[in-house]
Amino acid sequence: MRIEVASENSFIIYFNDEIAAHTSAQIGACAAYLRQSMGPLLVDLVPSYASLLVIYHANLADHYVVKGLLRDALTQIQDEAASEGKLIHLPVYYSEESGPDLQLLAQRANLSIAETIALHHSMPYQVYAIGFAPGFAYLGEVDKLLAAPRIATPRLKVPKGAVAIADRQTAVYPSQSPGGWNLIGLCPSPMFNPEQDPPMPISVGDQIKFEPISRAEFLQQGGDEQLLLEPIA
Amino acid sequence: MSLRVAQPGLLSLLQDNGRFGAHNIGLTTGGPLDQEAFNWANRLLGNDANACCIEASFGGLQLEAQVDTYIAVTGADMPLQIDGVEMDRWTSHKVTAGSKVSLGFAQHGTRSYVAVAGGLQTPETFGSRSTVVREKIGGIAGAKLTDNDILDCEETNTLQRYTLLEEQRPQYPSHVKLNVVLGYQEALFDQHKKQIFFTSTYTMTDRADRMGMRLEGPNVACGTSQMLSEGICHGAIQIPADGQPIILMNDRQTIGGYPKIGSVMAQDTARLAQLRPGNTVEFCAIDIHDAHNLNALAAHRFQRTQLHAIDG
Repeated sequence: MRIEVASENSFIIYFNDEIAAHTSAQIGACAAYLRQSMGPLLVDLVPSYASLLVIYHANLADHYVVKGLLRDALTQIQDEAASEGKLIHLPVYYSEESGPDLQLLAQRANLSIAETIALHHSMPYQVYAIGFAPGFAYLGEVDKLLAAPRIATPRLKVPKGAVAIADRQTAVYPSQSPGGWNLIGLCPSPMFNPEQDPPMPISVGDQIKFEPISRAEFLQQGGDEQLLLEPIA
Repeated sequence: MSLRVAQPGLLSLLQDNGRFGAHNIGLTTGGPLDQEAFNWANRLLGNDANACCIEASFGGLQLEAQVDTYIAVTGADMPLQIDGVEMDRWTSHKVTAGSKVSLGFAQHGTRSYVAVAGGLQTPETFGSRSTVVREKIGGIAGAKLTDNDILDCEETNTLQRYTLLEEQRPQYPSHVKLNVVLGYQEALFDQHKKQIFFTSTYTMTDRADRMGMRLEGPNVACGTSQMLSEGICHGAIQIPADGQPIILMNDRQTIGGYPKIGSVMAQDTARLAQLRPGNTVEFCAIDIHDAHNLNALAAHRFQRTQLHAIDG
């Protein structure tokens, strides 16, 4: 683990050089620890794949003090077994009407559509990073067979709740936005709601398990019927 | 009790100091691009340091007061008129219900701050009123100001007026020196690339906004282009494969995967934000000790600088 200066009021801690589930759990634990131990010195934290950016109030403590706190935190979390994070189940209506790129992905993997769907929800995924847009969580890693490059021409409108794949990552779009990921289904559960506390059900270090649901269940659980009536372009 | 937006101008946004503590769910900070000018606007009115102001970019903003209150305008030299009469900027002024306040277009600098006594009282999201258009959060419905927006504020009938003396007002030159704290992947940039970066002049392009400022100049690509995405702080200098620096500003995405040579100090991104396309910058490497020293001096200077009381 390395602690590097990032700016006049931030450090970045590198936990690993590559993506690993245990690293992600460690980062989640370190972020939780620093939230407690730094108190008013802390401005913000950005956990990501293999690093944690720590932004502090440089007018309250100099970088020696903060670096000391970071070293303490790293020692502390190594002593404890890194906690696993939460396991969260998210329902997905997988189908060609809710996932316009499903067919292409199946063809590429030389699988049937049913097999492609089964492969996507066969295992839990680690939450590696949150960013790009509020509530957008990068999950991984999907089976090599499902890995797919971003589509050539990004869509101007990817609907809220779209479940998508890019390379070996998967995600649920938290709100309608432009996007280039391959769409395979729709999730009726909100991923980001500023009115709710917490506004987002998941954190970096958690795990997500997708659960297939039917069209009827999708609608019952609050899925938007309009998205099925006007197929995603 | 409010101000009405009669003309939003090119880009006017409500900003307080910004949104902190929500990076972990992907929210960026927002906040004023020029923190110094923002701070002076609030101080001229005796406001809380975090009071919400209007950040007017380039000019053209027109407001109508629907209440008796006081305002102050700082930042770029957009000519200020109240009811058609040219008024001094960096000064608090009384406005009465029906008064029309207008900002012309700047000759020097690009961002002005309009503060009102007590601050604008729009709703807070995640503890801040700052507008981030990309996230559709803050301000009024997460958008830039538009015709007939109503901005709530208090009535203020008497307030001591102040001005910041001419010689103490920040200047907005067309060439600025940006202090850079080396960090992040600085080790990936060899001595030769660093030497080029810190001795060359870079030019502001027109691809510059609240997310990031793209500069043009000698190529300093480090040869590494594949990186795991990681947290990006304010002022971070990304060098993508084309070797042209991008300085990440208030509305940056919270994570990204381009190599970074270090980060520009916030007191200097404030100057950068006042540049227009074609203006130039140079970078100066400093260490973290110098950076903290410069910040302490700037804070002290701000506190020690006296405003000048004026009558009326």
